[in-house]
Amino acid sequence: MKVSLFITCLADQLYPEVGESVVRLLHDYGCEVDFPQAQLCCGQPAFNSGYQDEAREVARGLIRAFEHSDYVVSPSGSCTGMVHHYYPYLFENEPEWKAKAEALVGKMYEFSQFLVGVLGVTDVGASFPHKVTYHPSCHAMRLLGVREEPQQLIGAVKNIEFTDLPRKEDCCGFGGTFAVKMADMSEAMVCEKAACVCETGAEVLVGTDMGCLMNIGGRLNKEGKPVRVMHLAQLLEEGRRA
Amino acid sequence: MGDGGQKVLEPKKAHSTGDTGSGHTGHEPETSPIGSGLKKRTKEALKDDFLRKAVAFTTDKLRGGRLKAADEFGDWETWRERGRAIRQHTISHLDYYLGQFADNVVKNGGNVHFCHNGDDAVSTFMDIAGRHRAKLVAKGKSMVSEEIHLNHHLEEQGIDAIETDLGEYILQLARETPSHLIIPAIHKNKRQIADLFEADAGRPFEPDTKTLANYAKQKLRNYFLEADIGLTGCNFGVAESGSITLVSNEGNGRMVSTLPKVHVVIMGMERLVPTFEDLEVVLNLLARSATGQKLTTYTSILTGAKRPEDLDGPEELHVIILDNGRSEQLGDPIFQDVLNCIRCAACLNVCPVYRNVGGHTYGSVYSGPIGAVLTPLLQQDMKEAGTLAYASSLCGACYEACPVKIPLHDMLVHLRHRKVKMKLTALPERIAFKVYQTMFGSVTLFKLATKSAYYLQKPLARNGFIKSGPPPLSGWTQSRFMPMLPKQSFRDKWAALQAELAAKPRNGAPAVGGDAKAKGGGGHDAE
Ligand code: SF4
Repeated sequence: MKVSLFITCLADQLYPEVGESVVRLLHDYGCEVDFPQAQLCCGQPAFNSGYQDEAREVARGLIRAFEHSDYVVSPSGSCTGMVHHYYPYLFENEPEWKAKAEALVGKMYEFSQFLVGVLGVTDVGASFPHKVTYHPSCHAMRLLGVREEPQQLIGAVKNIEFTDLPRKEDCCGFGGTFAVKMADMSEAMVCEKAACVCETGAEVLVGTDMGCLMNIGGRLNKEGKPVRVMHLAQLLEEGRRA
Repeated sequence: MGDGGQKVLEPKKAHSTGDTGSGHTGHEPETSPIGSGLKKRTKEALKDDFLRKAVAFTTDKLRGGRLKAADEFGDWETWRERGRAIRQHTISHLDYYLGQFADNVVKNGGNVHFCHNGDDAVSTFMDIAGRHRAKLVAKGKSMVSEEIHLNHHLEEQGIDAIETDLGEYILQLARETPSHLIIPAIHKNKRQIADLFEADAGRPFEPDTKTLANYAKQKLRNYFLEADIGLTGCNFGVAESGSITLVSNEGNGRMVSTLPKVHVVIMGMERLVPTFEDLEVVLNLLARSATGQKLTTYTSILTGAKRPEDLDGPEELHVIILDNGRSEQLGDPIFQDVLNCIRCAACLNVCPVYRNVGGHTYGSVYSGPIGAVLTPLLQQDMKEAGTLAYASSLCGACYEACPVKIPLHDMLVHLRHRKVKMKLTALPERIAFKVYQTMFGSVTLFKLATKSAYYLQKPLARNGFIKSGPPPLSGWTQSRFMPMLPKQSFRDKWAALQAELAAKPRNGAPAVGGDAKAKGGGGHDAE
């Protein structure tokens, strides 16, 4: 099976190890992985800020980059959600591009969604002897409907000590430019989230979106809390090597 | 009555909202512009621990109740879809149902007044009040009368208006406006309420729900009997019969609408359902979404004024149907659905922004996610009120909770787009997104920019983190450490990664040698 990676600009620039874990896992499950170099951003920062024209132009780049791919897999529910939820709308008035956008929607998956839904893998045979909690990201949950998949994958990891995160479905306050524009509101939200993480006593916070993890991790770091944040793919891959 | 026989509420003329001994900084809706005051109000709210605790406590209770009630109801998504379909059908045929509703109100002996805006509605009400030489108006809870600032106008005319909903009554004593659609005084705790009652009664009160509710009940009883006019909102008008539906948990709506000789209803023009069958669906959705109840304690369905054979009821019924910016949304492909709202407040209760800052921060009668969408639309003001569209992280919890499936998170984004199209966003931001478009339109430029960023970040970094970034990042780093850009991006590492994989068998499959490099038709970019 040929799979193209959409690594997202944030993971590409700040968290390259996330992409590496995704690649190694997919490779282990028999996927021929490629990384179309033409990919950049999905356009979400502009779109969410109201700059739809700018977002549309950036979206064209992403559509082009994956035009010839069979499957596209991304370690971000938020960026995948952007494509699924808003790309067809963005090209509403351009039938040709709309068809291309819909084609991308049809083959694009968030990482855990692909692993469970397409490859049919729920147990990667990992062992991870640590106290872990999980933050479900808003867009994976609500734009993509990814709820069970990460839980299934974590549930199958051996030796893991898992604690449910209190108020887990509450947004961590990132929201891209929201965290910058409405910094005070965002701060109140991330503080509450960090407090919930600490309440679990977890050593590791796992998630499916580096945006949220950067936000929560940034707060935990500032508070000097020794909690490691990891993408689900990292946890699974590290656990397989253990 | 034992409280001095005081007939009407003494307006607390010099009563500043800050003197409840609570530290709450109060709210002056007229003096703080909606958009430009947003940040200041946010800061104030975030400093107010009483407010934050009270709001978090009550919204937690309400949202828990909602989830449980939805669960017990069974097949919640089907009901939601049914609710959405009813509301959408009604709004798409609003002219028809408004006509039918109005005809039936008149047929049943009532009067209908269509009002274009708040001023029209206020003067219509004043006419009615004038004809009856009204001195005292007993009010049931009505967000629409808040929307048109009716109390303020009544006060100016020397007419006493008494709020009879307990929450509204508390706010009237505090001279504040509601901060929640269904729990108007959500931001107050019991001690603060007891303080208000102490100031009113001139004697000490225990902060105990029963004692407080009893005091209010005693005070309000006379008002029902003495009022010249009873004023209520309308949860739903039923077009097929011209009936007004009022739901409450206190029963005051029933008193206000039947005891005074004149009953005036002020309703938004969208608050209709075609039939009683539809009413059943939306009442079910409303009660469960709002408080987690199966049905609210009191549901009154009022059809027309008192007929000769009736034992009670008002002699005169007036229904004021208010447009006030609503009809502007009709036919709008993106925003028409905002009129589907049944004002259950479920979106407020799940909103993490609302939870932290409370309703007054929005600076409008309608707060929370629905307020952030509705206020700029009704006021047709993208410049000031439109700023509310940014008071959301777009997490989508509001949409998920909405019993009639209004995509509030999408609407917020579209409002921001409207603001951009009208060139109402700041110039540096507009430039930034042009730069963004250019940079993310070319891999070469992107690589150049990120490489420069890698070197530029160095002076800002301490121990591997960026602890105080330059604007606009500074807002973010005030409360979080920012990770540093690593030396190599994923893009940079890709070649090495490919070599590593090529040497490793794929899930038991034989190694594919060096052919992995040739994969992918995604356009290779020249280094
Ligand atoms: S938008 Fe939906 S959830 Fe919010 S008040 Fe209206 S009906 Fe209720």
